[in-house]
Amino acid sequence: MASSPASPPLSVVPDAYGRFGKFGGRYVPETLSAALDQLERSYAEAVADPTFAAELDSLLSAFVGRPTPLLFAKRLTKLAGGAQIWLKREDLSHTGAHKINNTLGQGLLAIRMGKRRIIAETGAGQHGVATATACARFGLECVVYMGAEDVRRQAPNVRNMRLMGAEVRPVESGSRTLRDAINEAMRDWMGSVETTHYIIGSVVGPHPFPRIVRDFQSVIGRETIEMSRKQFGRLPDTVVACVGGGSNAAGMFYPFVDHPGVRLVGVEAGGRSGDPGHHAASLSYGSPGILHGSLSYVLQDADGQTADVHSVSAGLDYPGVGPEHSYWHDMGRVEYTSVTDLEALDAFDMVARHEGILPALETSHALAWAAREAATRSPDEIIVVCLSGRGDKDAAEIARLRGLTADGSHPS
Amino acid sequence: MTSATTAKPIDKLEAMFAANRAAGRKVLAPFVTAGDPDLDATVDVLTTIAEAGASLCELGVPYSDPIADGPVIQASYTRALDKGLTLEGVFSAAKQASDRTSMPILAMASYSLVFRRGIDRFVADAVAVGLAGFVVPDLPIEESDDLDAACRQAGLALVRLVTPTTPPDRAEAIAKKSTGFLYCVSVAGVTGARTQLPDGLVDRIRWLKTKTDVPILVGFGISSPDQVKAVCEVADGAIVGSALVRRVAEHAGQPREAMLTGVRRFVTDLAAACR
Repeated sequence: MASSPASPPLSVVPDAYGRFGKFGGRYVPETLSAALDQLERSYAEAVADPTFAAELDSLLSAFVGRPTPLLFAKRLTKLAGGAQIWLKREDLSHTGAHKINNTLGQGLLAIRMGKRRIIAETGAGQHGVATATACARFGLECVVYMGAEDVRRQAPNVRNMRLMGAEVRPVESGSRTLRDAINEAMRDWMGSVETTHYIIGSVVGPHPFPRIVRDFQSVIGRETIEMSRKQFGRLPDTVVACVGGGSNAAGMFYPFVDHPGVRLVGVEAGGRSGDPGHHAASLSYGSPGILHGSLSYVLQDADGQTADVHSVSAGLDYPGVGPEHSYWHDMGRVEYTSVTDLEALDAFDMVARHEGILPALETSHALAWAAREAATRSPDEIIVVCLSGRGDKDAAEIARLRGLTADGSHPS
Repeated sequence: MTSATTAKPIDKLEAMFAANRAAGRKVLAPFVTAGDPDLDATVDVLTTIAEAGASLCELGVPYSDPIADGPVIQASYTRALDKGLTLEGVFSAAKQASDRTSMPILAMASYSLVFRRGIDRFVADAVAVGLAGFVVPDLPIEESDDLDAACRQAGLALVRLVTPTTPPDRAEAIAKKSTGFLYCVSVAGVTGARTQLPDGLVDRIRWLKTKTDVPILVGFGISSPDQVKAVCEVADGAIVGSALVRRVAEHAGQPREAMLTGVRRFVTDLAAACR
């Protein structure tokens, strides 16, 4: 029993109905209800089973390469001219992003449930690659839905998924981006739910997905806490991560939410401007609504139709956000802000040239904010950035946007 | 407060079922997408299907992200929204149709739209335009207490769905909550015509009939008079969606009368299978 009548710690969510405060829940067609109940039961059993954690930990170590390092960004810090910037190197994970933490966990759950076919959606392709990777490792059939626009702008990841035996199905409906890929994956699942597990890639969707994905990604924040203590003897002052659906941010922030001294900042895609249709910043500009099975902040019109969104980054190009982020937003625990396409592209260049790291365009949003913020802070302060993924996938698209030739040189 | 003698929207629905039962007939319930190709056409389609023998209509309220719908209904929603369809427009078309026909009309609407407008306002609007109730395909029983209470208060039907993946005890709980009728989804999957009805459907309907007194209508995948006939052997009626939406769409760009003639012919054949 709780010893104090005061409100419970912020980390004690969700409740039995998948609620984070008022957000979350399960708004899905009845066809999916039984599978979500099964997933919830199976996850509870897995959490209680030490062999599950042991198997996942062993994979995270030998297959993914965890723990990922916490690196002092020396030249970036000098360039910014203020607080120390440290980078949590999720880009060094196998497959080049944090997404693999979740796909291995959910892949093991699928096996426990006796489901041998996996479907997934992907935006930037990082989750698709991580799903294809887990499926290859476990011997599971894999189908990935990807918006046709994203198939074009993230071509290297499409190739990698196919090389690992996954089927990539381009989605031509709607805006041909992440949102439509989720719709199509859900529709597949409506007809295949008895034999198929849907590995959702972010902390979105119906209960219990937001909780499961957060838990599998929380290894990021746990390692960051441990390494911070070891490497600089205390917790960081500020922790920052980019937020589309919000999985790397949720995994980074969750272990920190009950440490009130640590400032947490989520950076959304500010796109071209704050005008409707020109950004993908759900928490900055949206309102509570229901999308893809849960109640959260959504970019929508007066009737509740989902709005069109834009971001240079395919992984942030999404009109919703995970319900736990909406909860943290409304509780005032995490600050959410946004960074424009151009600021993110500049941050990409800056980190590439000063640190020798090509960050993903998604991550570049968090880096842009960190560099700007560091300049206003004292050198005693420490900012940790979740460097959620590597940017090789973006190199060709960045060259195209910059008017460079395919080999990165200026056209003569 | 509503007194016991005041007519409620759901009365119209219950009277329709009673009349069909007395006449030894089953119920044909077509699905029509609001605003496809435009709202005037929708009003004409609703009156036409009523004349052609439809007993009930599900008026599909277009939503941007309908995950329970197959390609035909999705495309109709996209066409309607691309032309600037609003909820105000849908309600006003429903009002015109319910002024012109006594056929009960239910709104098939995503809970995303209901939540955004606010339950009380959505329910009040529905009552004001003469709707008999709602089917909310993405609202499972765990999340439906608020809308359920508002519908009961307003006398609107809140039709629930059971599917092939619903376990028996859950199906029983859903059937108990359903008002107006119970929507039995024939297949695990999205909406859209299928060539064959699934095995075991008849047994499922028979079992459901032992669990509820409300009529049972079967939908998803039903597109032909033969399928309607087969379903009506055991169920109280059939819902036909994508097949009719496709017929409306096939007449895009043609004169309104040609489209209505096609609709009338199709629905007449389906309705004959309910007799």
